[in-house]
Amino acid sequence: MAATPKSYGLIAEFLTPADAMHAAEKVRDAGFRKWDVFTPFPVHGMDQAMGIKNSKVGYIAFAGGVTGYTSGMLMIWWMNAVDYPIMIGGKPMFSPFGAFPPCYELTILLGAFGSLFGMLFLNRLPRLHHPLLKHRRFALASHDRFFIVIETADPKYSETETRKLLESMGSKNIEVVEE
Amino acid sequence: MADVIANVEVKAPPAGLEREPLVLNQRSLGWISDAIAGVAEGKTPRWWWIAFIPSVIAMTVMTVMIVYLLSTGVGVWGPGHPVMWGWAIINFVWWIGIGHAGTLISAILFLLRQRWRTSINRAAEAMTIFAVMCAGIFPLIHIGRIWLGWWLFPLPNQNSIWPQFRSPLMWDVFAVSTYFTVSLLFWYMGLIPDLAVMRDRAKTKIRKFAYGLFSLGWTGSNRHWSNYEKAYLILAGLSTPLVLSVHSIVSMDFSVSQLPGWHTTIFPPYFVAGAVFSGFGMVLSLLIPLRTILKLEDIITVRHVELMCKVVLATGSIVGYAYAMEFFIAWYSGNPYERYAFINRAMGPYAWGYWVMIGCNVIVPQCFWFKSIRSNMLIVFILSIFVNIGMWFERFVIVVISLHRDFLPANWGYFKPTWVDITTYMGTFGLFFTLFLLFIRFMPIIAITEVKGVTPQADPHHPLGGAKPGGHH
Repeated sequence: MAATPKSYGLIAEFLTPADAMHAAEKVRDAGFRKWDVFTPFPVHGMDQAMGIKNSKVGYIAFAGGVTGYTSGMLMIWWMNAVDYPIMIGGKPMFSPFGAFPPCYELTILLGAFGSLFGMLFLNRLPRLHHPLLKHRRFALASHDRFFIVIETADPKYSETETRKLLESMGSKNIEVVEE
Repeated sequence: MADVIANVEVKAPPAGLEREPLVLNQRSLGWISDAIAGVAEGKTPRWWWIAFIPSVIAMTVMTVMIVYLLSTGVGVWGPGHPVMWGWAIINFVWWIGIGHAGTLISAILFLLRQRWRTSINRAAEAMTIFAVMCAGIFPLIHIGRIWLGWWLFPLPNQNSIWPQFRSPLMWDVFAVSTYFTVSLLFWYMGLIPDLAVMRDRAKTKIRKFAYGLFSLGWTGSNRHWSNYEKAYLILAGLSTPLVLSVHSIVSMDFSVSQLPGWHTTIFPPYFVAGAVFSGFGMVLSLLIPLRTILKLEDIITVRHVELMCKVVLATGSIVGYAYAMEFFIAWYSGNPYERYAFINRAMGPYAWGYWVMIGCNVIVPQCFWFKSIRSNMLIVFILSIFVNIGMWFERFVIVVISLHRDFLPANWGYFKPTWVDITTYMGTFGLFFTLFLLFIRFMPIIAITEVKGVTPQADPHHPLGGAKPGGHH
C-alpha cells in the first residue's frame, strides 16, 4: 500500500530510552527529515542522536531582555525627566542608577516572556489537534513508552521499506497512524 | 569487545560513594505517573473537605474584613502615630518571603544541578504563587483609598503627573509584579508536559477538555523537548537574579529611609537569607503532612526532607549572623540613636518580640545539625512551624520596634493590633490554603516528567535504561 493521503506516518514503539536512542541514530543516518521521537521526559543525548541543532529560543529570550531594559530606561527618563519633571531633594531628574532596579526587573520579565513564548512559537504550540493524539497507543508516550514516528511526508518514506527499517531496530509494535 | 564483558554485572559503587536513589524502591516510570497523577483523580477524599471548608470560611472572613476596612477606613487597624506601618507591611514582607523558596528551589537548585529538587519544586512553586497573592493584598489595601491603587502603576494621574521612580516603593511594585508573573510562567511551563500526562489519563469529558486545553497540545516530541529544555534553563537563569533582587528591593523600602534600625546596608542580603529560610520552613510545613497523607514517601523521601533542613540550618545561621552584625554595627557606628534603637529592641517594651524571634530563627534551626532530628518527620514539622513564627516576628521587630520610639520621647508610643488586624491576617491563611488545596485536587503536585527524568531507568546509559554493557552508549 503506497502512502495514501489519509495516513500520517508509521509509529514504532520502544520500551527503553536506550532502544529509542539507538533507533533514532539509525533513522538519522538513513537520512530521514520528517520524523520525531516521542518520550515521556527529555532523554539526554537524544538531540545528538536525532541530529537536532541547538535550540534558538535563547535569541528570542535575549531580545526580550534587551527590549525590557531599554524600554524601562527610556520610560523612566521620559516620564520623570521630560514629560513632567519634578525636583526632589536636588537629585538629578534622571539617573541610570535610580532607574536601574525597575529596568532590571523589566529585563527579567521580558526575557522570561521571550523564553516561554519563544519556546511555544518554535514548537508551533498551542495546537488544538494532532493526528498522533488520536492514536490508540500514543497516550503511553506520556506514561512510560518511547515512540519513533516517521511521517509519510518524508521524501524517503515508503510503507514497506520504512517498516522494515523500524523492525530491524527491534521495535515490537509498528502501526500506521491515520491523519 | 562487547562479548568480553557481556556477562559482567554492573558493579555497584563502593559503599562510601553510593548515593541514596531519588525515588525509593526502584519504582517504574509508570508507577510515578500513577502515584502523582492519581492524587488529582478519583473521588475527593474526606481529609480534603475537612481542610477545604475551614479554609474557605477563613477566606470569607478575610474578604469581610477587607470590605470593612475599605468602607470604614484604615482607622480600624492598629497603626497610628508613631507606628504608622503595622501588620499590613509585616504580613506583606512575611508572605513574600515565604514565596522565595519556590523560585529558589526551581531556579537556583536547577542551575546547581541539585536533582533532588524535582520532588518538591512543583508544590513549592505553587506555594510561591499563592503566597505572593496573599502578600499582594496588603500593599493594595493598606493605602486606604484603594480606588487610587492605580497610582502605583506607570500611568499619569489626573494632574498628568507620573509616578516617582526615585522612590524604592516604585521599585518594589516592579519587583513584586515581575516576581509574580515570572513565577507563574515558570510554574506553568513546568506544568505543560504534566498536564499532558493528566490529559492522556483523563476519563471524563470535562477533564479531557480542560487538561487538553491547558497542555496546549503537548505531544512529548523530542524536537519540542529540545526547545523546552533550553527555555527552562533560560527561565531558571533569569529567575535566579530575580529571586535575589526581589527581597533586596523589598528591604530597600526600609533601608533607603533614614530611620535607626532600618538604615543599614546589610538589609538586602539579610532579607534574602531570611526569605529563603522562611520559604523552606513553609515548604517543610506543607510537604511533611502531604507526603504521608498522599502516600508519596517514595518520591518525597526522608533524604529530601533532610536536605531541606540543611538549607534551613544554613540560612538560619546567616540570619543569626546578620542579627549579631546589626548589633555590632550599631555599637561600632558610634551613632547614639542607632545604639539606642538596638538596645531598645533587646531590652525595651517589645523585648518579648525580639526574643521570640531569636529563639525561633537562631536557636531552633541549630537543632538541624543532628541527623536524628532531621530525619524525624514529626519534630521537623514542629520546628518548621517555629521557623514561620520566628520570621513573622522578625518583620514585627523591624517594622514596629524601630518605629515605636522616635527621636524625641514626645513621639513614643506602644503599638497594639486591633481584632481587624488579626482576623485579616488569619484570613489570608484561608486564601492560601483554599488555593493550595485546589491545586492538590486538580493538578499534578509533583513534577511527573522531571521525577521520571532523574530515575536510573530514564538514563539511556544505565543498564536499567536499556543500555547494553560495553556498548558505546
